[in-house]
Amino acid sequence: MTRSLILASLMAVAGAAPLLGQNPEQERAQDAIRIGITYRPGTRPGLVVVPGPGLDSVRAIIRRDLDYSDQFQMIDVPASGAGGQVNYQLYRQQFAADHAVELMGAPGGVMVRLHDLAAGKIRNQQTFAIPAATAPGFRLAVHRISDEIVRWAAGTEGYAASRLLYLTDGRIWRIDSDDANVVPVSPAGERALSNAWAPDGHRIAYTHFDAGRGTIVIEDLLTGSRTTVAGTGTDLNFAPAFSPDGRMLAYARAEETGATNVFTSNVASNCCAQRLTVRGFSDNLSPTYSPDGRRLAFVSTRSGPPQIYVMSVDGTDQELLAPFDYGATGPSFAPDWSPDGATVVFHREVSRSPQIFILDVASGRVKQLTSVGRNEDATWAPDSRHIAFISDRTGRRQVWIVDTETGRVRQLHTAGNARLPSWSRRLGGAADANP
Amino acid sequence: MKRMTGVIALMAATVLAAACGGTPEPEQPAPVTATVDSAAIRARQRQDSIDAENRRRAEEEARRAEAERNASGAADALRNDMNAMIHFDYNVADIRTQDQATLDRKAAIMNANSALRVRISGHADERGSDEYNLALGNRRAASAKRYLMNRGVDGSRIDVISFGEERPIAMGGTEDAFAQNRRDEFEMTAGGDALVAPQ
Repeated sequence: MTRSLILASLMAVAGAAPLLGQNPEQERAQDAIRIGITYRPGTRPGLVVVPGPGLDSVRAIIRRDLDYSDQFQMIDVPASGAGGQVNYQLYRQQFAADHAVELMGAPGGVMVRLHDLAAGKIRNQQTFAIPAATAPGFRLAVHRISDEIVRWAAGTEGYAASRLLYLTDGRIWRIDSDDANVVPVSPAGERALSNAWAPDGHRIAYTHFDAGRGTIVIEDLLTGSRTTVAGTGTDLNFAPAFSPDGRMLAYARAEETGATNVFTSNVASNCCAQRLTVRGFSDNLSPTYSPDGRRLAFVSTRSGPPQIYVMSVDGTDQELLAPFDYGATGPSFAPDWSPDGATVVFHREVSRSPQIFILDVASGRVKQLTSVGRNEDATWAPDSRHIAFISDRTGRRQVWIVDTETGRVRQLHTAGNARLPSWSRRLGGAADANP
Repeated sequence: MKRMTGVIALMAATVLAAACGGTPEPEQPAPVTATVDSAAIRARQRQDSIDAENRRRAEEEARRAEAERNASGAADALRNDMNAMIHFDYNVADIRTQDQATLDRKAAIMNANSALRVRISGHADERGSDEYNLALGNRRAASAKRYLMNRGVDGSRIDVISFGEERPIAMGGTEDAFAQNRRDEFEMTAGGDALVAPQ
């Protein structure tokens, strides 16, 4: 809607250019709306990915990633046929673009140019090495280029070079941020439940669920090896979460006495399971680490219905994190702490339907993000701005992604049923070996 | 009963006759001259007693078969009592008043059958979070275990597991389906073959 209005208005301006040519102040006033690439809600910089010969899949992946970053208004321009120079005037005036991304083949990779159309010059230029299109690491390498372009143009890195896990029919699957490379990662014939990425991006943890009991398994996606987390061999252990340095795992453990409590286990040394919450009449579960590794947000029923609490990683200083009105506010579940530490996302029942909420940690303010259908089990993208969650708004539970800045929602994957997603950090070069 | 008494009397008389070597006086048939038909009389009396014995055996067999059928029906009833589910209100693990009799019956059967072991699995409806429902199912199973222990059943005979929302028995997302899924299930894991009824 915004784009067509802007285009229409600027077309009108352009169409009236001969008349306006006598009034430079008015033209500049029109330009002032788009000049200065500070992002304002509702008005985003226009960006063109310049068409050109070859590099079709690279161009398509990058264009999609830039769109999904929600930082730009993507503008399509017809192929010029001749290739050659970027036409600044045409792109700015006719297409209302602020940036143009140019891609050219280079030996062993791609050269990328970011043009600043207002300034009329090249802002960034870099050659990136990428493997052949058939090599396992191809798509991730291209996603890294997209993330870098976002950083050039918007000042913050994108999230394209990341992956998600989700559960379908008891099996854990892995998917790229653009719905590609959907592969199973847990063994067939075994039932899995909640899952988590290690910060290194090549190990995952998940609950192996067997006849009402659950062990937590750490699987190395590169080697396929699996180990059982110390202390989780008996009873029902679930909801794993890695510490930011990857050395500890927090989880929930439901014991025969009836209570569920938060435990940690030292996965670096494979030992030393410890209980953090007090055995009593309340349940404590679903831990998530703060990115500084010092605190854990978790769910507790200590005041009645489940709500979001926080404690130090040694179990001290337990206190309420997400405020609620006793008797009025619905129960809250499944917190996830953003990678930048500023926000905790969770889901809370509103009129008996779960909806996604975010808590600003500093101010304690809580904001509702969804309202259509049932929405739950949220997980942060590495950019601390996008959130993946499960929604049944189409009739089936599926993974959706919401941008907390613009509110834009897109469905990540359409086939099947999905539950319990987890989003990795940005994936570095080591992940390339895993196709 | 009268006929049996008569048959028994005839048997006893036959035995006595055999023991004493004399011919028994039949209760009902008209006397016949011993000299002319004594062999025939003896043959008929022997046949009567054989028939009576066969009748007695048949009746005893029928009685035994009927008793066996009653016994297996009773055993089925005990198994059903042990397998009966109980249900829960939303988001709680408290035993409902209307389920107490079911649990009392299970406790009684377990107290009468010392080899009996049971596994209780707790379940939740699909609301809440997937993870929270594992904890809630665990509480529900533990709640029933505690109830049985409070009625004298040793805790070592009861296992507790949780399936959370993973094993619904009713689909459709309606309040009725939710209510059916909020439950404990009971499975006998040992000693369930030869249950005896509590006294």
